[in-house]
Amino acid sequence: MPDPTDNSFRAATIAVLVENESGVLARVIGLFSGRGYNIDSLTVAPVDAEGKLSRITVVTSGTEMVIEQIKAQLDRLVPVHKVADLTLEGPHLNRELALIKVAGSGSARQEALRLADAFRARVVDATTESFVFEMTGSGEKLDAFINLMRPIGLVEVSRTGVVSIARGTKAL
Amino acid sequence: MSSATLPAASETQSMTGAEIVLRALKEQGVEVIFGYPGGAVLPIYDAIFNQNAIRHILVRHEQAAVHAAEGYARSTGKVGCVLVTSGPGATNAVTGLVDALLDSIPIVCLTGQVPTHLIGNDAFQEADTTGITRPATKHNYLVKQMDKLASTVHEAFYVARSGRPGPVVIDLPKDILIGKGQYTPPPSQEHRSYRPQTEPDAVQIRKAVRLLKEAKRPVVYAGGGVINAGPEASALLTKFVRMAGLPCTNTLMGLGAYPSSDPQFLGMLGMHGTVEANLAMHGCDVMFNIGARFDDRVTGRLNAFAPNSVKIHADIDPSSINKNVKVEVPIVGDAAAVLRALIAAWDADEAKQDRPSLAEWWRQIDEWRGKNCLAYVQDSKIIKPQHAVKRLYELTKESGRETFITTEVGQHQMWAAQYFGFEKPNRWMTSGGLGTMGYGLPAAMGVQVAHPDALVIDIAGEASILMNIQEMSTVAQYRLPVKVFILNNQYMGMVRQWQELLHGGRYSESYSEALPDFVKLAESFHGVGMRAESTDDLDRVIREMIAIDRPVIVDVAVDEKENVFPMIPSGAAHNEMLLAPGQIAAGAGVTDEGTALV
Ligand SMILES: Cc1cc2nc3c(=O)[nH]c(=O)nc-3n(C[C@H](O)[C@H](O)[C@H](O)COP(=O)(O)OP(=O)(O)OC[C@H]3O[C@@H](n4cnc5c(N)ncnc54)[C@H](O)[C@@H]3O)c2cc1C
Ligand SMILES: Cc1ncc(C[n+]2csc(CCOP(=O)(O)OP(=O)(O)O)c2C)c(N)n1
Ligand SMILES: [Mg+2]
Repeated sequence: MPDPTDNSFRAATIAVLVENESGVLARVIGLFSGRGYNIDSLTVAPVDAEGKLSRITVVTSGTEMVIEQIKAQLDRLVPVHKVADLTLEGPHLNRELALIKVAGSGSARQEALRLADAFRARVVDATTESFVFEMTGSGEKLDAFINLMRPIGLVEVSRTGVVSIARGTKAL
Repeated sequence: MSSATLPAASETQSMTGAEIVLRALKEQGVEVIFGYPGGAVLPIYDAIFNQNAIRHILVRHEQAAVHAAEGYARSTGKVGCVLVTSGPGATNAVTGLVDALLDSIPIVCLTGQVPTHLIGNDAFQEADTTGITRPATKHNYLVKQMDKLASTVHEAFYVARSGRPGPVVIDLPKDILIGKGQYTPPPSQEHRSYRPQTEPDAVQIRKAVRLLKEAKRPVVYAGGGVINAGPEASALLTKFVRMAGLPCTNTLMGLGAYPSSDPQFLGMLGMHGTVEANLAMHGCDVMFNIGARFDDRVTGRLNAFAPNSVKIHADIDPSSINKNVKVEVPIVGDAAAVLRALIAAWDADEAKQDRPSLAEWWRQIDEWRGKNCLAYVQDSKIIKPQHAVKRLYELTKESGRETFITTEVGQHQMWAAQYFGFEKPNRWMTSGGLGTMGYGLPAAMGVQVAHPDALVIDIAGEASILMNIQEMSTVAQYRLPVKVFILNNQYMGMVRQWQELLHGGRYSESYSEALPDFVKLAESFHGVGMRAESTDDLDRVIREMIAIDRPVIVDVAVDEKENVFPMIPSGAAHNEMLLAPGQIAAGAGVTDEGTALV
């Protein structure tokens, strides 16, 4: 039971299984903006064989009462099948993918490659002046790598946002 | 559709989209549509023309169509049905949709749309109706495929009436309406994702019973959800409250859920609630909320709300629970199912009630009641608005007619809530959540359509009534004998009251300037107009109004300066009420913080 006097914030990774229909993402996003909830990251893609269901992963933060509200509000949307608070429900994996473009020459190039190797980032495109690295991992790991690339010659970053799944045999 | 015009099953292949829509409406039990035509919905109007099973009521503004459907729905328990054209037709309906959303009224609103191939092209009378109404509805649909048409209409009705009811929009492109397709009956299997829980958890019910039995100072706080759950829920509430001997208060939306004449009824609670209801809430040790949503108009300052209580909250919508107020015993379920389970568990539980404490609590409540907080002094010929409502109540009761009351929004609405008694549910329609001026007349129209022989009265303010006054024309066309009872204080009284109490008496723009002559106005709309200038006229005018089987506007000149009391100012607590002058005030009054609230 949430305590209204507890104003401490926590992060929550929420998985939402929805009908794959037009407007469903707008409903979810509209719910967050309309009610003033935070969205730190949001991803969506169809996940079943027929393409009828999509899975949304939304990372949000708020007081315990607000997070409980967010889940209840999501759950009452008509096209929503299931809502799970992965943060609360136990061990789970969070992954994000980033494409990171770095430009430079000489020692900077060497340094970028060396760090990429240490972080297990793959080179997916290269010119004489630049690399594009592909990297998956937790958000923190991506942040760390991207921050290291900044002084070396970071050009731009494209990130997917977090996807998440519970450990073990259970499904949503 | 009558059987003569209803295509046989073998012909369904050749039905137009518009015919499919009508057939689905018929199968969903729709008897009346409130609507207004336009280019995009002409095919539906054609189909309406060719049948006589569903009646169409032509309103004079699309907002009124939705309010009429709300009145129809709230007074019958059925889903209200609306039909409007694309673009301006749809945008005009938006206020009504939000009103229905906030008050949990089941509505299905069909909107026309430009043909699918023109969507997104800024076509004539195109509006992004599903985009605009997404936050204004419980759910909405844009039908882009013929084979989804019938199933979408069926689903819309299911969504509108299930769980927490609400408005649903179906946007219908014109090519879908004129195209040919096949009708499909309502599905027999459950909805794939939307299945609200209606049966309560037995463990929670037992916890609730034990808490209520052991309570020393219990109170039942029942709201609009009990009305939503159907008349049986109100009967069960009455049975439960009486068998347990509990005090019971209703929200504005819940009036009629518990009989107002019952000695266990404390009246309405909240901002303009009674002293006994609010102090019972403030002092209770166990609160049982059924079908109410801890609205800010009810709770006042949250950190001072029922500070020493354990709270039980039964609601069909889990998002209503723990939203504003933390509760110890959440119960998700339909109000009727919850009450049925409670009554059964009450008998099964061997614990005895703490009757001596309960008797002591009643002594305390009766003392608060003794303050007679709704007393007013009618000491001159100038009609007090409270007196006007009280006489209206007494004389309608005397007439023995089945009576339904709607209201506009403002002081008159609060006086109606305070001085008109309701013994049964579904007799009281008001705009509570959105507080929409202009609601009352169209809502009364919808009620009268559903109950042609009943006495239907819109208790109105002179400012609000002008917001949908055009509906007098609809009322005339369909010979709906709706009565408009205007408490004319020449002010936007509720605004004036706040300006008096919170803004140093600077009555900025709240005077009702250049009012029409309401008597002539009624006559120009083919109705009857009457005016009560003083207490000498009042009873006669009310009696005449009740007797006339035609639309009537009664313009009652009331005391301009009267305020609604008791009042818990925004941001104050239940034990910080302002009482009428001459009564002893019980609190701190308006704080600076409160001024920022609405
Ligand atoms: C000028 C003005 C002044 C006002 N002053 C007051 C005031 O003094 N006092 C007051 O009470 N209100 C007042 N209101 C109204 C107020 O704004 C709210 O509309 C009202 O308090 C809400 O009533 P409710 O809690 O019963 O909830 P409703 O809005 O009726 O909501 C119903 C609740 O029941 C649930 N529910 C729905 N169906 C079911 C079911 N089948 N079973 C179980 N639960 C169900 C819903 O999920 C919801 O939580 C005022 C409004 C105006 C315009
Ligand atoms: C559409 C709309 N606009 C503005 C308001 C704000 N408002 C609430 S009450 C009120 C005054 C209503 O005046 P009247 O109808 O004369 O009723 P009274 O309070 O005088 O009884 C106003 C402007 C509202 N509730 N609805
Ligand atoms: Mg007025």
